[in-house]
Amino acid sequence: MDDEKELVSTLAERLSLRGIEADWVTDVNDALERVETREYDIAVLDVKIPKMTGIELKKKLEKKSPHMKFLFMTGHGSENDFKAGVAEAGAEYYLPKPVNIEVLIEKMHKATEK
Amino acid sequence: MSAQWDVLSQQGYQFFGKMSASISHEIKNTLAIINENVGLLQDFLAMAQKGKPLDQNRLRSLSEKVLDQVRRADDIVRNLNRFAHSADEPVTSVDVNDMVRFLSSLCRRFVSMRGITLDLKPSSKPLTIETNPFLLENLLWLCLDFAMDVTGKENKLSILCEKAQQGARIRFTGLKGLREASARIFPDNPERALLQALDAEFHVDNEAEEMALTLPGHRAP
Repeated sequence: MDDEKELVSTLAERLSLRGIEADWVTDVNDALERVETREYDIAVLDVKIPKMTGIELKKKLEKKSPHMKFLFMTGHGSENDFKAGVAEAGAEYYLPKPVNIEVLIEKMHKATEK
Repeated sequence: MSAQWDVLSQQGYQFFGKMSASISHEIKNTLAIINENVGLLQDFLAMAQKGKPLDQNRLRSLSEKVLDQVRRADDIVRNLNRFAHSADEPVTSVDVNDMVRFLSSLCRRFVSMRGITLDLKPSSKPLTIETNPFLLENLLWLCLDFAMDVTGKENKLSILCEKAQQGARIRFTGLKGLREASARIFPDNPERALLQALDAEFHVDNEAEEMALTLPGHRAP
Protein backbone atom coordinates (compact mmCIF):
# COMPACT_ATOMS: atom_id res chain seq x y z
CA MET A 1 0.00 0.00 0.00
CA ASP A 2 1.32 3.38 -1.07
CA ASP A 3 -0.57 6.43 -2.30
CA GLU A 4 1.76 6.57 -5.33
CA LYS A 5 -0.04 4.29 -7.81
CA GLU A 6 2.86 4.13 -10.26
CA LEU A 7 5.17 2.98 -7.50
CA VAL A 8 3.02 0.34 -5.88
CA SER A 9 1.61 -1.15 -9.10
CA THR A 10 5.08 -1.55 -10.64
CA LEU A 11 6.52 -2.97 -7.43
CA ALA A 12 3.68 -5.54 -7.30
CA GLU A 13 4.35 -6.51 -10.93
CA ARG A 14 8.07 -6.97 -10.22
CA LEU A 15 7.26 -9.16 -7.21
CA SER A 16 4.88 -11.23 -9.37
CA LEU A 17 7.65 -11.75 -11.94
CA ARG A 18 9.70 -13.23 -9.09
CA GLY A 19 6.95 -15.67 -8.19
CA ILE A 20 5.44 -13.70 -5.31
CA GLU A 21 1.69 -13.19 -5.70
CA ALA A 22 1.09 -9.52 -4.96
CA ASP A 23 -1.94 -7.19 -4.83
CA TRP A 24 -1.69 -3.44 -4.51
CA VAL A 25 -3.87 -0.60 -3.19
CA THR A 26 -3.43 3.17 -2.91
CA ASP A 27 -6.08 3.87 -0.30
CA VAL A 28 -6.35 2.81 3.34
CA ASN A 29 -10.04 1.91 3.03
CA ASP A 30 -9.27 -0.37 0.09
CA ALA A 31 -6.52 -2.00 2.15
CA LEU A 32 -8.92 -2.63 5.03
CA GLU A 33 -11.58 -4.01 2.67
CA ARG A 34 -9.10 -6.24 0.84
CA VAL A 35 -8.11 -8.16 3.99
CA GLU A 36 -11.79 -8.96 4.57
CA THR A 37 -11.93 -11.06 1.42
CA ARG A 38 -8.38 -12.44 1.09
CA GLU A 39 -5.69 -13.75 3.36
CA TYR A 40 -2.24 -12.23 3.02
CA ASP A 41 1.05 -13.35 4.51
CA ILE A 42 2.56 -9.88 4.54
CA ALA A 43 1.68 -6.24 3.89
CA VAL A 44 4.23 -3.69 2.65
CA LEU A 45 3.11 -0.23 3.78
CA ASP A 46 4.35 3.29 3.23
CA VAL A 47 4.86 5.08 6.53
CA LYS A 48 3.27 8.34 5.36
CA ILE A 49 -0.07 7.80 3.66
CA PRO A 50 -3.21 9.92 3.32
CA LYS A 51 -5.80 9.85 6.11
CA MET A 52 -3.65 7.98 8.67
CA THR A 53 -0.08 6.85 9.26
CA GLY A 54 1.25 3.50 8.09
CA ILE A 55 1.70 2.51 11.75
CA GLU A 56 -2.00 3.25 12.43
CA LEU A 57 -3.01 1.24 9.37
CA LYS A 58 -0.83 -1.64 10.58
CA LYS A 59 -2.74 -1.70 13.89
CA LYS A 60 -6.10 -1.78 12.08
CA LEU A 61 -4.96 -4.51 9.70
CA GLU A 62 -3.54 -6.56 12.58
CA LYS A 63 -6.97 -6.59 14.23
CA LYS A 64 -8.55 -7.97 11.05
CA SER A 65 -5.72 -10.32 10.15
CA PRO A 66 -3.68 -11.19 13.27
CA HIS A 67 -1.26 -13.50 11.45
CA MET A 68 -0.23 -10.97 8.82
CA LYS A 69 3.36 -9.63 8.94
CA PHE A 70 4.38 -6.07 8.03
CA LEU A 71 7.16 -4.23 6.26
CA PHE A 72 7.42 -0.47 6.04
CA MET A 73 8.77 1.73 3.28
CA THR A 74 9.71 5.34 3.89
CA GLY A 75 10.67 8.40 1.94
CA HIS A 76 12.35 9.90 5.03
CA GLY A 77 15.35 11.75 3.73
CA SER A 78 17.71 12.07 6.67
CA GLU A 79 19.44 9.44 8.77
CA ASN A 80 17.84 10.85 11.94
CA ASP A 81 14.35 10.60 10.42
CA PHE A 82 15.13 7.07 9.32
CA LYS A 83 16.34 6.09 12.81
CA ALA A 84 13.16 7.54 14.33
CA GLY A 85 11.07 5.43 11.97
CA VAL A 86 13.15 2.34 12.69
CA ALA A 87 12.60 2.82 16.42
CA GLU A 88 8.85 3.14 15.91
CA ALA A 89 8.32 0.21 13.57
CA GLY A 90 11.20 -2.15 14.34
CA ALA A 91 14.50 -2.24 12.44
CA GLU A 92 14.01 -5.30 10.29
CA TYR A 93 10.63 -4.09 9.11
CA TYR A 94 11.83 -0.81 7.66
CA LEU A 95 13.14 0.04 4.18
CA PRO A 96 14.13 3.42 2.75
CA LYS A 97 12.83 4.48 -0.68
CA PRO A 98 13.88 3.85 -3.39
CA VAL A 99 13.55 0.19 -2.44
CA ASN A 100 15.97 -2.44 -3.69
CA ILE A 101 13.67 -5.30 -4.70
CA GLU A 102 16.10 -8.05 -3.74
CA VAL A 103 16.48 -6.53 -0.25
CA LEU A 104 12.69 -6.19 -0.03
CA ILE A 105 12.20 -9.87 -0.89
CA GLU A 106 14.87 -10.90 1.63
CA LYS A 107 13.12 -8.85 4.35
CA MET A 108 9.75 -10.32 3.34
CA HIS A 109 11.11 -13.85 3.73
CA LYS A 110 12.67 -13.02 7.10
CA ALA A 111 9.46 -11.47 8.38
CA THR A 112 7.23 -14.35 7.26
CA GLU A 113 9.62 -16.97 8.64
CA LYS A 114 9.11 -15.62 12.18
CA MET B 1 10.77 44.50 18.35
CA SER B 2 13.52 42.04 19.27
CA ALA B 3 11.00 39.61 20.79
CA GLN B 4 8.90 39.85 17.61
CA TRP B 5 11.92 39.07 15.43
CA ASP B 6 12.83 36.13 17.68
CA VAL B 7 9.35 34.71 17.07
CA LEU B 8 9.60 35.42 13.33
CA SER B 9 13.05 33.83 13.08
CA GLN B 10 12.05 30.70 14.96
CA GLN B 11 8.83 30.41 13.00
CA GLY B 12 10.73 30.99 9.74
CA TYR B 13 13.20 28.18 10.48
CA GLN B 14 10.34 25.82 11.34
CA PHE B 15 8.48 26.73 8.16
CA PHE B 16 11.58 26.33 5.99
CA GLY B 17 12.34 22.97 7.61
CA LYS B 18 8.79 21.69 7.22
CA MET B 19 8.59 22.62 3.54
CA SER B 20 12.08 21.26 2.82
CA ALA B 21 11.26 17.93 4.48
CA SER B 22 8.01 17.64 2.51
CA ILE B 23 9.79 18.44 -0.75
CA SER B 24 12.49 15.85 -0.02
CA HIS B 25 9.72 13.27 0.48
CA GLU B 26 8.20 14.17 -2.86
CA ILE B 27 11.56 13.88 -4.61
CA LYS B 28 12.15 10.52 -2.91
CA ASN B 29 8.78 9.33 -4.23
CA THR B 30 9.58 10.33 -7.80
CA LEU B 31 12.97 8.61 -7.53
CA ALA B 32 11.27 5.50 -6.13
CA ILE B 33 8.87 5.39 -9.10
CA ILE B 34 11.73 5.86 -11.58
CA ASN B 35 13.62 3.12 -9.73
CA GLU B 36 10.72 0.66 -10.05
CA ASN B 37 10.05 1.43 -13.71
CA VAL B 38 13.72 1.11 -14.68
CA GLY B 39 13.86 -2.04 -12.53
CA LEU B 40 10.92 -3.49 -14.45
CA LEU B 41 12.64 -2.56 -17.71
CA GLN B 42 15.72 -4.49 -16.55
CA ASP B 43 13.49 -7.42 -15.61
CA PHE B 44 12.07 -7.46 -19.15
CA LEU B 45 15.58 -7.26 -20.66
CA ALA B 46 16.71 -10.17 -18.48
CA MET B 47 13.67 -12.16 -19.64
CA ALA B 48 14.48 -11.27 -23.27
CA GLN B 49 17.96 -12.68 -22.82
CA LYS B 50 16.29 -15.95 -21.82
CA GLY B 51 14.21 -15.92 -25.02
CA LYS B 52 10.99 -14.11 -24.09
CA PRO B 53 10.25 -11.48 -26.78
CA LEU B 54 10.21 -7.82 -25.74
CA ASP B 55 6.83 -6.09 -25.84
CA GLN B 56 7.56 -2.75 -27.55
CA ASN B 57 4.33 -1.13 -26.31
CA ARG B 58 5.24 -2.01 -22.75
CA LEU B 59 8.73 -0.56 -23.19
CA ARG B 60 7.26 2.64 -24.63
CA SER B 61 4.83 2.90 -21.72
CA LEU B 62 7.64 2.42 -19.18
CA SER B 63 9.83 5.09 -20.80
CA GLU B 64 6.86 7.52 -20.79
CA LYS B 65 6.31 6.85 -17.09
CA VAL B 66 9.96 7.60 -16.38
CA LEU B 67 9.73 10.84 -18.38
CA ASP B 68 6.54 11.80 -16.47
CA GLN B 69 8.41 11.42 -13.19
CA VAL B 70 11.38 13.42 -14.50
CA ARG B 71 8.95 16.25 -15.35
CA ARG B 72 7.33 15.91 -11.93
CA ALA B 73 10.71 16.08 -10.19
CA ASP B 74 11.63 19.10 -12.29
CA ASP B 75 8.44 20.89 -11.12
CA ILE B 76 9.20 20.01 -7.50
CA VAL B 77 12.79 21.26 -7.73
CA ARG B 78 11.63 24.44 -9.50
CA ASN B 79 9.23 25.05 -6.61
CA LEU B 80 12.03 24.43 -4.13
CA ASN B 81 14.25 26.90 -5.95
CA ARG B 82 11.55 29.57 -6.00
CA PHE B 83 10.84 28.95 -2.32
CA ALA B 84 14.53 29.26 -1.40
CA HIS B 85 14.82 32.55 -3.33
CA SER B 86 11.70 33.99 -1.69
CA ALA B 87 13.93 34.97 1.26
CA ASP B 88 16.23 37.06 -1.00
CA GLU B 89 14.38 40.39 -0.84
CA PRO B 90 12.72 41.94 2.24
CA VAL B 91 10.14 43.69 0.04
CA THR B 92 9.21 42.97 -3.56
CA SER B 93 6.20 42.93 -5.92
CA VAL B 94 4.00 39.90 -5.44
CA ASP B 95 0.91 38.84 -7.37
CA VAL B 96 -1.31 37.40 -4.64
CA ASN B 97 -3.08 35.06 -7.12
CA ASP B 98 0.28 33.64 -8.14
CA MET B 99 1.47 33.42 -4.53
CA VAL B 100 -1.58 31.40 -3.45
CA ARG B 101 -1.17 29.07 -6.44
CA PHE B 102 2.52 28.63 -5.61
CA LEU B 103 1.93 27.95 -1.92
CA SER B 104 -0.78 25.39 -2.63
CA SER B 105 1.59 23.67 -5.05
CA LEU B 106 4.37 23.76 -2.44
CA CYS B 107 2.03 22.27 0.17
CA ARG B 108 0.30 19.71 -2.07
CA ARG B 109 1.64 16.77 -0.08
CA PHE B 110 0.25 18.15 3.19
CA VAL B 111 -3.09 18.69 1.44
CA SER B 112 -3.21 15.21 -0.08
CA MET B 113 -2.12 13.58 3.21
CA ARG B 114 -5.28 15.00 4.80
CA GLY B 115 -7.40 13.93 1.85
CA ILE B 116 -8.50 17.54 1.33
CA THR B 117 -9.48 19.01 -2.03
CA LEU B 118 -8.25 22.57 -2.55
CA ASP B 119 -10.44 24.78 -4.72
CA LEU B 120 -8.46 27.87 -5.76
CA LYS B 121 -10.42 30.85 -6.99
CA PRO B 122 -8.02 33.56 -8.17
CA SER B 123 -9.31 37.00 -9.09
CA SER B 124 -9.71 37.72 -12.80
CA LYS B 125 -6.99 40.43 -12.70
CA PRO B 126 -3.51 40.35 -11.13
CA LEU B 127 -3.45 41.40 -7.46
CA THR B 128 -0.04 43.00 -7.17
CA ILE B 129 1.15 44.15 -3.76
CA GLU B 130 4.52 45.14 -2.31
CA THR B 131 5.39 42.79 0.53
CA ASN B 132 7.89 40.38 2.07
CA PRO B 133 7.33 37.17 0.09
CA PHE B 134 8.87 34.76 2.60
CA LEU B 135 6.87 36.11 5.54
CA LEU B 136 3.71 36.04 3.43
CA GLU B 137 4.35 32.42 2.41
CA ASN B 138 4.88 31.56 6.06
CA LEU B 139 1.64 33.27 7.15
CA LEU B 140 -0.32 31.70 4.28
CA TRP B 141 0.96 28.26 5.27
CA LEU B 142 -0.12 28.75 8.91
CA CYS B 143 -3.56 29.91 7.75
CA LEU B 144 -3.83 26.98 5.33
CA ASP B 145 -2.73 24.51 8.02
CA PHE B 146 -5.35 25.86 10.44
CA ALA B 147 -8.01 25.97 7.71
CA MET B 148 -7.30 22.31 6.82
CA ASP B 149 -7.63 21.31 10.49
CA VAL B 150 -10.96 23.12 10.65
CA THR B 151 -12.19 21.75 7.32
CA GLY B 152 -11.51 18.16 8.37
CA LYS B 153 -10.25 15.19 6.42
CA GLU B 154 -11.68 14.43 2.97
CA ASN B 155 -13.51 17.76 2.61
CA LYS B 156 -13.22 20.68 0.21
CA LEU B 157 -11.50 23.92 1.16
CA SER B 158 -11.90 26.98 -1.06
CA ILE B 159 -9.37 29.82 -1.24
CA LEU B 160 -10.50 33.02 -2.92
CA CYS B 161 -8.29 35.96 -3.87
CA GLU B 162 -9.90 39.36 -4.32
CA LYS B 163 -9.07 43.04 -4.40
CA ALA B 164 -9.35 44.91 -1.11
CA GLN B 165 -9.62 48.67 -0.75
CA GLN B 166 -5.87 49.22 -0.28
CA GLY B 167 -4.47 45.87 -1.32
CA ALA B 168 -5.65 42.27 -1.53
CA ARG B 169 -7.73 39.83 0.48
CA ILE B 170 -7.41 36.05 0.71
CA ARG B 171 -10.51 34.24 1.97
CA PHE B 172 -10.57 30.67 3.23
CA THR B 173 -14.16 29.44 2.90
CA GLY B 174 -16.12 26.25 3.60
CA LEU B 175 -14.68 25.97 7.12
CA LYS B 176 -17.47 23.84 8.55
CA GLY B 177 -15.75 23.23 11.90
CA LEU B 178 -14.81 26.87 12.50
CA ARG B 179 -17.21 27.49 15.40
CA GLU B 180 -16.08 24.31 17.18
CA ALA B 181 -12.44 25.29 16.59
CA SER B 182 -12.87 28.66 18.31
CA ALA B 183 -11.40 27.15 21.49
CA ARG B 184 -8.07 26.87 19.68
CA ILE B 185 -6.14 30.12 19.73
CA PHE B 186 -5.70 31.35 16.18
CA PRO B 187 -4.02 33.62 15.40
CA ASP B 188 -1.51 32.71 18.10
CA ASN B 189 1.90 34.33 18.76
CA PRO B 190 3.63 33.25 15.50
CA GLU B 191 0.67 34.32 13.35
CA ARG B 192 0.31 37.61 15.24
CA ALA B 193 4.02 38.38 14.76
CA LEU B 194 3.68 37.68 11.03
CA LEU B 195 0.49 39.75 10.75
CA GLN B 196 2.25 42.66 12.45
CA ALA B 197 5.38 42.32 10.29
CA LEU B 198 3.24 42.31 7.13
CA ASP B 199 0.86 45.05 8.33
CA ALA B 200 -1.89 42.55 7.60
CA GLU B 201 -5.28 41.97 9.22
CA PHE B 202 -7.01 38.71 10.03
CA HIS B 203 -10.74 38.26 10.41
CA VAL B 204 -12.85 35.25 11.33
CA ASP B 205 -16.57 34.97 10.52
CA ASN B 206 -18.08 31.94 12.27
CA GLU B 207 -21.51 32.49 10.66
CA ALA B 208 -20.13 32.56 7.12
CA GLU B 209 -17.70 29.74 8.03
CA GLU B 210 -14.75 31.63 6.65
CA MET B 211 -11.63 33.51 7.61
CA ALA B 212 -9.93 36.29 5.69
CA LEU B 213 -6.44 37.71 5.46
CA THR B 214 -6.23 41.31 4.26
CA LEU B 215 -2.89 42.54 2.95
CA PRO B 216 -1.86 46.14 2.36
CA GLY B 217 -0.84 47.30 -1.10
CA HIS B 218 2.52 48.50 0.19
CA ARG B 219 4.57 47.39 3.14
CA ALA B 220 7.55 49.41 4.35
CA PRO B 221 10.87 47.45 4.24
